[in-house]
Parts: sequence; C-alpha cells; structure tokens
Amino acid sequence: MEPLTDDQAPPSPEPPPRLSDWLGAATPLVPGTPWPRHVLGEARWLDLRHHLFLSTWTLVDLWAEEKTVHVALLDDPAPEAGSPTTAILSLECPEGRYPSLARARVGAIRLERAIRDLSGLEADGAEDRRPWLNHGRFPLASKPPDADSDPDAPEAPYRFFAAEGEGVHQLSLGPVFGGVEASSQFLFHANGETVVRLEHRGGYLHRGIEGLMRGRTLREAATLAGRISGDSAVAYALAFAQAAERAVGVEAPPRGVWLRAVMAEMERIANHLGDLGAMLGEAGSALLQSHAAVLRERIARVAHRCFSHRLMMDRVVPGGVAADLHPDEMSLLQGMIREVRPHFEEIVSAYGRSASLLDRTLSTGVVTPALASLLGAGGVVGRSSGRAFDARVTPGYPPYDHVPMTVPPRDEGDVHTRLKIRALEIRASLNGLVLLLDNLPGGATRVELPPLAGEGAALVEGFRGEVWLWLRVDGGQVIACRARDPSWFHLPLLEQAVKETIVADFPLLLKSFNPSHAGCDL
Amino acid sequence: MFKLLKRTLQRGPFTEPLAEETEASGIRRLTHRPPPWGRSMGLRTVDAGSCNGCELEIQALLNPVYDVERWGFRFTASPRHADVLLVTGPATVNMTEALQRAHDAAPNPKWVVAAGDCALHGGPFKESPACQGGIHAVLPVDVAIPGCPPTPEALCQGLLALLERDQKE
Ligand code: SF4
Repeated sequence: MEPLTDDQAPPSPEPPPRLSDWLGAATPLVPGTPWPRHVLGEARWLDLRHHLFLSTWTLVDLWAEEKTVHVALLDDPAPEAGSPTTAILSLECPEGRYPSLARARVGAIRLERAIRDLSGLEADGAEDRRPWLNHGRFPLASKPPDADSDPDAPEAPYRFFAAEGEGVHQLSLGPVFGGVEASSQFLFHANGETVVRLEHRGGYLHRGIEGLMRGRTLREAATLAGRISGDSAVAYALAFAQAAERAVGVEAPPRGVWLRAVMAEMERIANHLGDLGAMLGEAGSALLQSHAAVLRERIARVAHRCFSHRLMMDRVVPGGVAADLHPDEMSLLQGMIREVRPHFEEIVSAYGRSASLLDRTLSTGVVTPALASLLGAGGVVGRSSGRAFDARVTPGYPPYDHVPMTVPPRDEGDVHTRLKIRALEIRASLNGLVLLLDNLPGGATRVELPPLAGEGAALVEGFRGEVWLWLRVDGGQVIACRARDPSWFHLPLLEQAVKETIVADFPLLLKSFNPSHAGCDL
Repeated sequence: MFKLLKRTLQRGPFTEPLAEETEASGIRRLTHRPPPWGRSMGLRTVDAGSCNGCELEIQALLNPVYDVERWGFRFTASPRHADVLLVTGPATVNMTEALQRAHDAAPNPKWVVAAGDCALHGGPFKESPACQGGIHAVLPVDVAIPGCPPTPEALCQGLLALLERDQKE
C-alpha cells in the first residue's frame, strides 16, 4: 500500500499559490485546445514540484509519450479566490529519467509505476519502484510498448507491503474472486477479523489500449475508447469525441451535444441503480437489489430501443452522435422516466427505514475529506467525502450550463453516504433528463471532422467520476491518446477505507466504490 | 420494506419467458458433450481482460427478468465448485495463468463458455500484443456466444445450449 500521510506538505502561512500565476512565467507553448501544453525545462519542473507541496492543485493525470512526460493539473479555488485553471505541462527526458512527483501528490505513485512499464521512463526519487502493469511477461521498456509479450513466462515475484505483529495473518483474494467481478488482486493483513492493511494489485486486464490506438482512424479509435471501461462507454466515447473535435477545431451541432447528454445521463442512472442495488444486496436485502436490477434492465431496454444498443456503445462519435431520437422514442424515454421515478423512490425510502441495512452502512468504511482531497478523488467517492468537484461544472461543457444537475457534497464519507449520494444523483439526473428532452434542439446530429493536425483534451463526468482524455491527431489518425479513469484515485482510498473494518465488510465496501479495473489497467 | 414486499407478491414475477434461439443469435456449439446429470450447473465467471461490458450483461442474468437460476444455473464463488467456466475478454497475457489455473481448479467434467466478441476472437483488442486473441488460445471452448456485449438473452440461450442433448443420441 502506498504511504498516504497528509503531513508531507509543509504548512504554508501565505495563501496557496494559484496555478494561473505560476504559469504566467513564459514557457514555450504547444497549441492545444482548450488547454495549450507548456513545455518545461528540468528547473521549471522542479519548481513545479515545489509548488505542488505549497498548493492545493489537483493532479489530473500523469502520463508519458516516448521520451516526454506530461502532467495535467487543475487548480479549483473557492469562488472568491479566483477562477479554475487547467494546465498541461510537459518535460522532455532524453536520458529517460524525470523527477518524481509522487512525494508531492500520492496519486502519482501508481501513475509513475505505469509510466515505467509502458515507456521505460524512470521517476527519480520515487520510493515505490515495483512494476504495476507489467507482471514480468513484457520486456521492460520495449518499443513499441507491449511488443513481444510472453504469456508463458513465469510471473515475476511481486512484493506486497507487509504488516507484522502477533496474530496478524494474510488473506489473498483474486485475481479470480467474488461473484461476477473484474479480475484484480487484494491482499489483506488481518488480526482476527479486523483488517490491518489492504493492498490492491492491478494490471491483470491490461489490453494495451494506448498502443492499439496509435495509427487508428478517429472512428476506430472512438470504438476502442468506448471499450476502455464498458460500463462508462458513453463517458469515454464522449471524452474522446470532445478531445477529437477540439483538436481539429470543430464543434458538434447542438442537437448532437444534447443527445450525448441524454445518453450520458441514462448511463449514469443505469449504473447508479446497479451500484445501489449491489450495495443493498450486499448489506442484506435481496428484495431491494432485485427491484433496482429490474429498473436497470428497464433502462437498458429503452436504450436499446432508442439508440440500438443496451449500453449505448458506439453512439457517441467524433463530430456528434450516430443516432437520433424520433418522437415515438422520445415518448418511450419520457414514459421510462415516469415509471422509474416512483419505483426508485420506493427503494430508497425502504432502505432509509430499515434499521438492519443502516446498521451495515452507517459509519462503515470511512474516507475522510482530508484523504479524498489528498488524492483528488472525484465522482461519488469524492462527493461523499467533501469534494464538490464535478467535471460537468469545472471545467464544464455544454449542455450542462443550461441544465445543471449536480449534487452538493457531504463530509461523512461512509458507505451510507456513498449510497445516499448515488441516490441523489439518480434523482438529479432523472430531473435533468426531463429538461434535456423538453428542450432538445433540432437540426443536424453530426458533422464531419476535417483531417487536420492538433492536440485536444477533455474532462468528462462519468458515473464514477471524471474521465480525462488527451489526444493528438494528424490527418484523421490518432498519433497518441491517453485516458485516465477516475478509479486510479479511488482504489488507494479503498485500501484506506477498509482499514479497521472487518474482513467481512470488504464486499460491501468494494460495491460502494465499484472501481473500474478495466479502466485503470488499460 | 413490507409494503414493497406485499406489492411484489401482488404483482407476480417479473420473469419473462426466453425467446427462442435463432440463426441471428450466432451461438456456436463447438463440442457436443451434454452434461451427464440433470439440469443443475455451477457457473463461475472469469474475466480474462473484459472491458466489463460483458460483466454487466452477465450480472443482468441474475435479475428477476432473466433469472438464470430457473434453469438450474448457479453462480459459484470459486472455480472449485464450478461445472462451467463462463469466460469473457480477449485473454490478456496477464490473465493467462490465472485463467488456466481457474480451469485446472474446476472438477472434471467441466465446460467452457466463451462470451463476447473479445472472448471469441479478441474483438477490438485482436491485434494487441498484450492479448491472446480469444479464450480458445488458452482453453478448449464448448460454446461460443458472440456479441459486444452479448445480450442477456443470447447468454441464456448459450448456456441452455450446454444442456441440450445431441439429436443423434
Ligand atoms: S465483447 Fe465487447 S463488451 Fe465484451 S468485453 Fe469485449 S469489448 Fe467489452
């Protein structure tokens, strides 16, 4: 488990520095929409690290491309202190090394380990040098990444962090475990029933997506993007489409933009219902789980009728959407909302009145606001632990400026709060969906993208949290693409939340986070 | 809770009859080994690199609408209790050993159902050196269910195909 202490930043008496001020010092810019890329020298990079200690800037992503590392940061101050700033910064490392940011931002630990596996760049000063995606079956730093893998090679030994003491024992789960679960490994150290330490290990689902993207047409790459994490197919496809459109300087037509939001909200509602059901089932109510599952199925069927795919895969494409809503489909959707709403409220109120369910969820698996902001966790996990961040508002994208549907954060950070926030988001999205349908603009749903060259990036709010996608295109082809799943910053929090709960509560906690292993393993 | 329970009982089951399998379902039986006993099979899912889209639809099999338990399929927590491995994903290099071990752990006789385009031929990840291009590269497959992801109906039909006895018998 990565060390997660919040005493690393020295206390600063002055107000924390603002990213926009720091950027002010001129640096060479590579054009990019909406955020140009600042190319830093090593001295500036070290200065950046110093400022990360002093500031509250959120690490959005850290990734590498051949011999360059890129970092994306977000400065989201309180409204009276300034406006939000996003920036992409790059450092060229011809020697194959760069100064590690992991001490300043714990979220960087796993990202730096993944960088080493994918491109061979070493983070100087990083403490945790264990591989992440590479289980010993890929030659390190091979070019292109992932070339000549050997599935029959013996797995390289992996050293988990230890916990020692009288009566402490180990329990390993995975990679094949639980009910219908994604493959990943969890190693518990427990004393009796109580968890002393949990460590997660990923990489089992590594499909080499970033490598596959290179050289693909935008259309093909969009298909792949929608399959980085299948339950967030719309969110990823939307992030990809936005980045592609920005890279070539084209805007999707209004109707396309609004239809994307319709799909994104349907995806959010369906997945939150599934998670809500899974949590209620794990807490002990098969009845409520079944009712939630029926609602989820209802939405999948309407999605199939309206958008010809139950998970709405491949409907959001660069330039707009590959679907349209006809009047009869509109009324189908509206009928679905009318039907789902009361049924859903009934489930929530039954939960709220059940002492035995609340006994399982209340004060179980707490993530403190300090930890959540240390990692910069977004989505339900962040909003249950005091972080208001929602990519639909900051940096924001249409049509959410017309149809706001965010939920205010809460501080408790336990399983109950994550369940509550999910329920609130379902309600907000159902209301939002009605508004979206009522105000759906007419006109075209899609435009062609010219085969220009450029860089683009997008931050899109999926049901789990913010999906970051950065893209460089040329002549209608992808040159490089990077996607960062919200779960990168949720899994370390899960490790912390399990501490001092009992082993038997782990499935409930896991459901309350529902991390996407596929999204992180890429 | 009791109000909801009462209403559920009054409403009757959500479960729907399953549509007949058609050509369009595209389900392929690669072997013809009907189970030697009645109709009760332990199912263990193994995610061998799925994007989790397939898992969503497999989870839907447990909802009251499809209720796959009505045919005697039960999801087990360990491959050691399983008769059938329901495998998704393109068989990533990193999952190959675990997949093989899960198969070894299941008692004989056992069946393998490959679900989803990835599991059949690697799907969108076909050309990746990090994937093996389908479950067949690692395990013998008995039934293949296409789709990206396969619908819950197709999954039910594919599982039922396991139970069918050969016409010739
Ligand atoms: S078949 Fe499609 S849905 Fe299933 S794992 Fe592969 S990409 Fe995902």
